[in-house]
Amino acid sequence: MARHEVVSPIPGVFYRRPDPDSPLFTDAGETVGAEDTVCLVEVMKSFHEVQAGAAGTVVEFLVENEDEVDAGQVVAVIEAG
Amino acid sequence: MRRLLVANRGEIAVRIVRAARDLGIESVAVYSDADAEAPHVRLADHRVHIGPSSAAKSYLVVDALVAAAKDAGADAVHPGYGFLSERASFAAAVAEAGLTFVGPDAATIERMGDKVAAREVARAAGVPTVPGTPGGVEDVEEAVRAASEVGYPVMLKAAAGGGGRGIRVVDDEAALRKGFPQASREAATAFGDGRMYLERFVRRARHVEVQVLGDGGSAVHLYERECSLQRRRQKVVEEATAPGIGSEVRAAMTESAVRLATECGYRSAGTVEFLVDDESGEYFFIEMNTRIQVEHPTTELVTGVDLVAEQLRIAAGEPLRLAQDDIVVRGHALEFRICAEDPDKGFLPQPGKVGRVHLPAGPWVRSDTWLESDSAVSPYYDSLLAKVVVWGADREEAIRRSRRALAELEVEGVTTTTSMHRALLDEPWFAAGEFHTGTLEEWL
Repeated sequence: MARHEVVSPIPGVFYRRPDPDSPLFTDAGETVGAEDTVCLVEVMKSFHEVQAGAAGTVVEFLVENEDEVDAGQVVAVIEAG
Repeated sequence: MRRLLVANRGEIAVRIVRAARDLGIESVAVYSDADAEAPHVRLADHRVHIGPSSAAKSYLVVDALVAAAKDAGADAVHPGYGFLSERASFAAAVAEAGLTFVGPDAATIERMGDKVAAREVARAAGVPTVPGTPGGVEDVEEAVRAASEVGYPVMLKAAAGGGGRGIRVVDDEAALRKGFPQASREAATAFGDGRMYLERFVRRARHVEVQVLGDGGSAVHLYERECSLQRRRQKVVEEATAPGIGSEVRAAMTESAVRLATECGYRSAGTVEFLVDDESGEYFFIEMNTRIQVEHPTTELVTGVDLVAEQLRIAAGEPLRLAQDDIVVRGHALEFRICAEDPDKGFLPQPGKVGRVHLPAGPWVRSDTWLESDSAVSPYYDSLLAKVVVWGADREEAIRRSRRALAELEVEGVTTTTSMHRALLDEPWFAAGEFHTGTLEEWL
């Protein structure tokens, strides 16, 4: 089992839902595919989807919903495999 | 009007504070956590904190803004552009609090913001609209019938849409049957209203808009702006007047805009947007913006009229001071939107810390901005850093002077769209004014 870190490619505001009324993209304990969107980062009114990058099980999210993130910051950890 | 709350931020908030000061009106700035040190806050006479950095929790909260206005003893509210500027419920809440809203009343905002209702106003005023369905279409069968009458290609648009969202072009019936349900669902999600309408799609169109001022009784126009140079339906360069239209079209279109503003009893500054078919020269009403626009300085430079000051005077209850004959165009103006985006990386947003800033100045160059040395470009708001607006005796001189102005502009620390504008100024098609709404994206 390899530990895979999901990194935000851009600085911005971190969201775990596609919009405030929708369920979470995913949560700890759930399985994801490499191309599944796990969060959004909003920067200057444009939204960027962040994909898992590896198939596996979500271990944890390291950032709270609506917190600011930096480019290169780890936002989630996936146990790949 | 004694004290004005500016319900906005950035360059437009600075612009409104300045207009208020010119008129002897005190200003009240509002600010989020991220904007505590912002120039609009420093320049205003008073300031009120309204919430955290996220616009959804500060600049977009109607109750917080109305409460701020009351707490600060303001008697009027200017919404600027974007944010709550075209939200009828905000205009209504301001009025209900016993304050003056600088803009048309809630009913006019609502009517002209609904594209179906706005087209009905245009038809009543005898203003040509793009051939299409008179009202919204309910389902795909009705859309197919309507499209065969309008003729393909057709454009599907959300009745409640804006900013280019909920729009789709389809070339034939199969594409329409596939695209309609998706577009309608998108519109329902984005705007809470799934109604769609259809329009003929004009392949080579110019986007030309007429600036109007109305006092609820009479209206005048301040000629037109050309807004064809767009990327993803966001304007990049604007100019006044439009280089691509002849005097007959200009006369008819500006007169149409005044008829439309009069028909809806328009009170404030507004913009009537038209699509001009580049091949046939026909013009069609597309929508009305019931607010001051980003590109209003180009009109100010060619007419000498301070549009924000006129908005404030009208809101204060004064009748229009200008008759149509008083408004004379002199020369040509260009506006370049300088955004914190990297044109070489797909216009990736560039928030971050800014170093030294040098803004262009000198004869007939105006920089509307909130940007100053050592400020920070926040990820929370839009990417507009500055508008460089340049006047020339004619378009050629305005272009030459724009080269000088943009060569002076320096912003250290973040990448901006300045390089794109500099390159654009050297394009022969730009110099010749030979472009349409698709040209910029093709060039990029």
